[in-house]
Amino acid sequence: MEDRTQLNRQLAQMLKGGVIMDVTTPEQARIAEAAGACAVMALERIPADIRAAGGVSRMSDPKMIKGIQESVTIPVMAKCRIGHFVEAQILEAIEIDYIDESEVLSPADDVYHIDKRQFKVPFVCGAKDLGEALRRINEGATMIRTKGEPGTGDVIQAVRHMRKMQSEIRRLSSMSEDELYEAAKQLAVPYELVRYVHDNGRLPVVNFAAGGVATPADAALMMQLGAEGVFVGSGIFKSGDPAKRAQAIVKAVTNYQNPAILAELSEDLGEAMVGINEQEIALLMAERGK
Amino acid sequence: MKVAVLALQGAFIEHEQMLQRLGVETTEVRNLDDWQQYVQSIGTNDQARLIIPGGESTAMTRIIRDEGLYQPIRQAILEGMPVLGTCAGLIMLDDQHLGTMDIQVRRNAYGRQLGSFNHVADVQEIGHSFPMTYIRAPYIESVGPAVQVLAEVDGHIVAARQGRQLVCAFHPELTSDTRLHEYFVQL
Repeated sequence: MEDRTQLNRQLAQMLKGGVIMDVTTPEQARIAEAAGACAVMALERIPADIRAAGGVSRMSDPKMIKGIQESVTIPVMAKCRIGHFVEAQILEAIEIDYIDESEVLSPADDVYHIDKRQFKVPFVCGAKDLGEALRRINEGATMIRTKGEPGTGDVIQAVRHMRKMQSEIRRLSSMSEDELYEAAKQLAVPYELVRYVHDNGRLPVVNFAAGGVATPADAALMMQLGAEGVFVGSGIFKSGDPAKRAQAIVKAVTNYQNPAILAELSEDLGEAMVGINEQEIALLMAERGK
Repeated sequence: MKVAVLALQGAFIEHEQMLQRLGVETTEVRNLDDWQQYVQSIGTNDQARLIIPGGESTAMTRIIRDEGLYQPIRQAILEGMPVLGTCAGLIMLDDQHLGTMDIQVRRNAYGRQLGSFNHVADVQEIGHSFPMTYIRAPYIESVGPAVQVLAEVDGHIVAARQGRQLVCAFHPELTSDTRLHEYFVQL
């Protein structure tokens, strides 16, 4: 495997067991870092506000992203639109640590994702199931996350995507070797990737949960379902006491299998983000980019 | 022998897998209870050992303090417990964090992710041509008299030892070369 791809997969390995937080200002970035975030996602509007504002949502102003890069020492990620390889080129030019080719922004291309192998900078992509995950990895993504339903504070879709992915991984693992060719055909992915999942019982890259995580319990739920870390978008800075909630979610991810600690962490966190039920939303962002 | 791996955040599983390949038992430390149970489980013929893995040092620092792990771990290291720190783990032992090693560290010394690289170099006491993976890595800017420099790359210190404390700026746990871990479990 190419050196750069390997190094980019390995950066994701360093983020494991951690929480990546959406931030819109240097001040929020510093709160996130102090709370123990392992990286921040710099964006102009958090997903809940993107959803509320409607219209076309694009890459953030590079100046705003640079302001956040200068304010923290942890990795800084930023989003570009699905298929918008020039936004990705711009983010690479400002030396972003990870690009999220994200369905939360308005897709720029309804057929093609970015050819991520053309970039030195790493990409994380969303996936609802194993086929989507392996297609993104084949295009060069070096980290995967569930799509969830961003900005809702409703964890149901992240749970659905993670369960589906894990169950498909288990199914592949138990197949006989001659069944793998047909599985590759059905998933619309190369045989080598199917073979890797069959042999190792996991994706070849790190797999995080994203979308709708609002409480320490949500974060621990995703970890128990097999996530290797958690993205928290609107859940922190749309809540009553962001610093306290951020710290609690960080510790919940470390101690996700310890209900006694989770109980302590869940106490007295102030108001959680209000949230919208999955059935109440008109726009399903997770349906963007398959 | 059973080695504790600090499992707050980062690449702790990779260290566990490395030790398992050497036939060494491991246990994860996520909170004070885990640490106390580990220390109590060590018999008189054996001794506690700790690995502090790569990850984000700010995240680990936050949790290590809040979980009450800071003092007991610092104390054990000062009393001679062997410890291995890789990348963020190296930062954790410097004069700004646990303060058990007389080293001054420059964080993100090679810049952002675009500056991450692979390299091969000799490491004193460990061997020739050691594969080194640097991910947003630090290096050691200066060391005190008690510190032995084990490797330098481009004039910067990337591996060092002080008594039974062993640190490196790269990630031996991400390669298939077990020599550094073998050296650590014999410290």
